Amino acid sequence: MINLTIVRTTVRALFGRSRFLLLLPLPVLVVGLAGLMRVFDVATTEWAIPILVGLGVSLVLPLLSLIVGASVLGSEIDDGTVVHLLTKPLPRREIVLSKLVAAAGVTVLVMAVTLGVAAWFTGEAALAGGLAVGAVLGGLVYSALFVALSLVSRRPVLIGLLYVLIWEGLLANLLPGAGVLSVQHYVLAVATGISDTDLLSVNLSMPVALVMSALVVVAATGLAINRLQVFRLTGETG
Amino acid sequence: MTAETLKASATADAPARGGAPAATVELSHVSRWYGNVVAVNDVTMTLGPGVTGLLGPNGAGKTTLLHLMAGLLSPSRGTVTVAGASAWRRPELYRILGLVSEREAVPEYLTGWEFVLTSAKLHKLPDPTAAARRAVELVDMTAAEGRRIGTYSKGMRQRIRVAAALVHEPAVLLLDEPFNGMDPRQRLHMMEVLHRLGEQGRTVLFSSHILEEVAQLSGTVQVMVAGRLAASGDFRAIRRLMTHRPHVFTVHSSDDRRLAVALLAHEAVQGVELDPAGGLTVRTSDYGTFTRTLPAVAVAEGIRVTRVLPSDESLESVFSYLVAS
Repeated sequence: MINLTIVRTTVRALFGRSRFLLLLPLPVLVVGLAGLMRVFDVATTEWAIPILVGLGVSLVLPLLSLIVGASVLGSEIDDGTVVHLLTKPLPRREIVLSKLVAAAGVTVLVMAVTLGVAAWFTGEAALAGGLAVGAVLGGLVYSALFVALSLVSRRPVLIGLLYVLIWEGLLANLLPGAGVLSVQHYVLAVATGISDTDLLSVNLSMPVALVMSALVVVAATGLAINRLQVFRLTGETG
Repeated sequence: MTAETLKASATADAPARGGAPAATVELSHVSRWYGNVVAVNDVTMTLGPGVTGLLGPNGAGKTTLLHLMAGLLSPSRGTVTVAGASAWRRPELYRILGLVSEREAVPEYLTGWEFVLTSAKLHKLPDPTAAARRAVELVDMTAAEGRRIGTYSKGMRQRIRVAAALVHEPAVLLLDEPFNGMDPRQRLHMMEVLHRLGEQGRTVLFSSHILEEVAQLSGTVQVMVAGRLAASGDFRAIRRLMTHRPHVFTVHSSDDRRLAVALLAHEAVQGVELDPAGGLTVRTSDYGTFTRTLPAVAVAEGIRVTRVLPSDESLESVFSYLVAS
């Protein structure tokens, strides 16, 4: 089901890409800012929402997921190295799942640590745990979405950016009830549900968030597998 | 079709000399278009064991044809089968098929050895290390295998890609412009490798737009022009079959003017021109007759012919003729 050779090669390729490496300062920024607030004794209620949610959950998490998710298969399709993978006797399901494991693995690891440590500066250990688990969930859902997007469109980063900024960043918070279709609300619902904190505000229950997350992951992964099964390679010179 | 039956049908084909499994690639009335552009137009061909050249100018549809055979494209019309089973949407195909694509894409962060070994592992071969070792030796890349691919020359990249494509010893090997970027020595070596694979009974197809490559490597050729299969079979035979096409020779002799007059008397000769720099340009409608007539005329007239050159034997002239007809 999961091909470790693909996972290993994919992770290695990721760390060789400048686009990914350029993003790594962002998680550091989240942790650094939270640490500063702690050092200067700013009241937790003042900075928890803007830094943890506004920057961490709403921006850095989807952005990292997008760059990584769109890279693992999308970049290979762009530069043509995907041929090496496609001309192997591997079920397309195995390829997609392995790519997803690589993408989600990297994102989840980076973001769970980032959000966990940043939230730990609030002094609420439970919130740190909750946000770390939320990051795991969010990283997985976003990765599934963006891997699928990279197989549907040749411009996954552009479309992904629009989605992150306009839907997740704006509309999901403005439209009533839109939270049920927003990954960042799933993250916050799970973090709140686990930690029982009143620092974060969310109108979604944890069970709904979990069910919706599972649905999105399954649907997006299914779509990605299907797209790779009928993937057509077009020649440059005909 | 399962992997087992595929393997069985692959080995059931003609027994190969070197013991390698043989497989046939068959295209039946295959067309492929992109929107309004027809890339491949009603092509029917059968490829058996041995080396075949796929010849054609750039944009003739060679890459599209190779991708159709490799199961990376679906035909818009017609059927493509490899070892008796459809090529499209069948990953098991790659147990018996290898492809070296035209785009030079290689993961540059890997060393040559890692790249070939990864390929062997993805094929789930029982002994990937031994298979990778064999493949790297075959393309003569052992000395450079520890270097990152990013540092390789064009020819070296091409060879390491060939190694990765045949690490599982496929019965069918498809190569898109494999000699691009190679120096003459590397070219010669690659030709030897392909020859050996063909002699082992593998079906080897390589595309090229350069006549000399095909002439040196394979007698059997499929000529593509503007998406169509313009000719197929032995290259020299194809060339000779085009009897309607005027052939042009450059002839140098001890007395060009007298030879010109004598040649004009013959029906096979359509025109003669005296070149200011010396020599004659002779146009003939019949290759065979002219090559017999010329010595006879020279002997009868007592003229010594010092040089006869077929001046239009380039691929471009063959192509332009095929396109025009």
